[in-house]
Amino acid sequence: MRTSSPWKLTIRYTLMALFAAIYIFPFVIQVGNSFKSDPAATANALNPIPNPADLSAWRQIFGVGTAASVTDFPRWLFNSAFLSVTITVGRVFLDSLAGYALARLQFRGRKLVFGFVIATLAVPGVVLLIPRFLMLKELGIFNSYQGMILPMLVDATGIFLMRQFFLQVPVSLEEAGRVDGASIWQVYWRIVLPVVRPGLLTLTILSFQGSWNEFQFYEIASISPKYYTLTTGLANIVGGGLSAGNEYPLKLGAAALTIVPIGVVFFMLQKYMRPGGMAGAVKG
Amino acid sequence: MAQVSEGEGTRDTGALPARVAVAEAARTAQDRRAPARERLGQRKPTGRLRKGENLFGWLFVSPSVAVLLLFLFIPILLALYVSFTNWSGVTNPLSSSVKTVGLANYKLLLNQPGLYQQNFGTAIRNNLYFVVFTVPLQTGLALLLAVVVNNKFLKAKGFFRTVAYFPSVTSSIAITVVFMFLFQGTGVINTLLGFVGIQGPNWLFDTRGVFTLIYNAFGVNNPAALVNHQFLGLNLWGWVAGPSLGMCVIIIMLVWTTSGTFMLFFLAALQQISEDLDEASEIDGATPWQRFRRVTLPMLRPTLVLVLLLGFISTWQVFDQVFLIGPDNPATITPAYYSYQLSFQDSNFGAGAAVAFLLFCLIVFLTVLQRKFIREDLTR
Repeated sequence: MRTSSPWKLTIRYTLMALFAAIYIFPFVIQVGNSFKSDPAATANALNPIPNPADLSAWRQIFGVGTAASVTDFPRWLFNSAFLSVTITVGRVFLDSLAGYALARLQFRGRKLVFGFVIATLAVPGVVLLIPRFLMLKELGIFNSYQGMILPMLVDATGIFLMRQFFLQVPVSLEEAGRVDGASIWQVYWRIVLPVVRPGLLTLTILSFQGSWNEFQFYEIASISPKYYTLTTGLANIVGGGLSAGNEYPLKLGAAALTIVPIGVVFFMLQKYMRPGGMAGAVKG
Repeated sequence: MAQVSEGEGTRDTGALPARVAVAEAARTAQDRRAPARERLGQRKPTGRLRKGENLFGWLFVSPSVAVLLLFLFIPILLALYVSFTNWSGVTNPLSSSVKTVGLANYKLLLNQPGLYQQNFGTAIRNNLYFVVFTVPLQTGLALLLAVVVNNKFLKAKGFFRTVAYFPSVTSSIAITVVFMFLFQGTGVINTLLGFVGIQGPNWLFDTRGVFTLIYNAFGVNNPAALVNHQFLGLNLWGWVAGPSLGMCVIIIMLVWTTSGTFMLFFLAALQQISEDLDEASEIDGATPWQRFRRVTLPMLRPTLVLVLLLGFISTWQVFDQVFLIGPDNPATITPAYYSYQLSFQDSNFGAGAAVAFLLFCLIVFLTVLQRKFIREDLTR
């Protein structure tokens, strides 16, 4: 039987505590400084406890008591939420449909479609910026909600993930349903889909996280401030949309607003968010 | 098969695919079971049951295929075409007013001395240093943390995993804003450096390479032998400058963000290693280092290869961080950002698309390499 000597454990605990502090510290600094005045945050950034506390950044974020400003946070928040929910619903529905067909239905061209999905997995998102901009222009949906949603509505990763989940469902389940006279759609919707609920939940979380945090694509898909999301709006004020001072408390508060919803989802549903959540999404 | 990455957060193209990939290394056991499952799934149904599968199969996949064709496949072909034109982004790229210019855009970047070549060379240099520092640091730290945490007597492991993984699920833009605050002139980092008597630089704006600062400390400055030779529009003195201080901030930020995720990769793999094996080698008298080097590390090889290659793929895509810091510090500009800048700011979509395609080829090459390596490792 192996044991671990106390001093070895102490080293492990010390390292763990040190790195935990390094991972947490920036968030503490961020939240603390968002409750300071601009000069205070600039002058004494290290102290996370605001003294005196200054709520002007948060007032501005929630649009309380300030004149119309360059920053319309409620609108950004709405856009982020609206786009993320729409895209997530679309992805969960369409990715699982395609995943099911690729896992179970024998149709002509299935291998070709699967090969196509696998090939698109290899395309790095960052080189898609110009191509997608071109296409949005061609279709006349640049700078519109449709243009920001449609290209995001399906992702090859999600199709692949769902296929792996469907492959694990015993075929006998479907055969029983089909013998009883259910159509392919009924078998899929009533019998198979409820069985893969964990997969659907994983895909929901990953899609929501991905579309909430999305920046590059929204940046090139729209140009009007009314389409700003929390990420593109925040990037814009950091890029110099504000004139007076550094406005660090405001930026840090807006960044916190971007992080918090994902943080809530993360701490509630962590087990579905592990990188291993895509377990089995391996076979090519 | 495996997937591209990074990282961070946005369609972070990164974060999502990294999740696909972790399974490969972490769950090899499950993989071995997979072929059986596959056979089960593909068992030929009887004739009566197959009725309608052709129709429904296509009904089910057509929305997805349509979106992927319309917003991924066709746009890439369109952009490839644009990289051979002088399109400025205003008119329709397929209209007759847009001229094809052959390979001119690529020549402009690769072998025609001038501003384009110089900027492209600088972007490549910046990104090369970024990769060379980030990948080993994030991999090494992840492995170290995994080994530290992987001990059955240790409490609060779950808490630590949560804390370490959290940064990588958040928005890269938000994280960058926080780091810009930490590294600003009078910020937290410089305050801490001040405690030990070091006057911190103005990180975000400082374009000097760290190697250059070291050379200067030894009295070497602008040696003629290096200054007089050029490659990709940049003299050799520029090539050996190292990452700029601004780039160092992005390196630190990326290592901070991704090390927790990769730690989970290694932890999952470590938990697959039989304890008996470790104990047996201990009884045989192996020192802890020998056990790590000769027993643990070889077992981790597939995960290590995966993490390294995912790192190489994602670090060539760094964009969001540069988008915020880059305008203030040209020494942080990467090819991904340069492609954006050429297109959307300078209205030179032809050259921008050409940069994107060069980058595309590089990343696809790395991805193919990754798939090849992973398959070998899993089928051994």
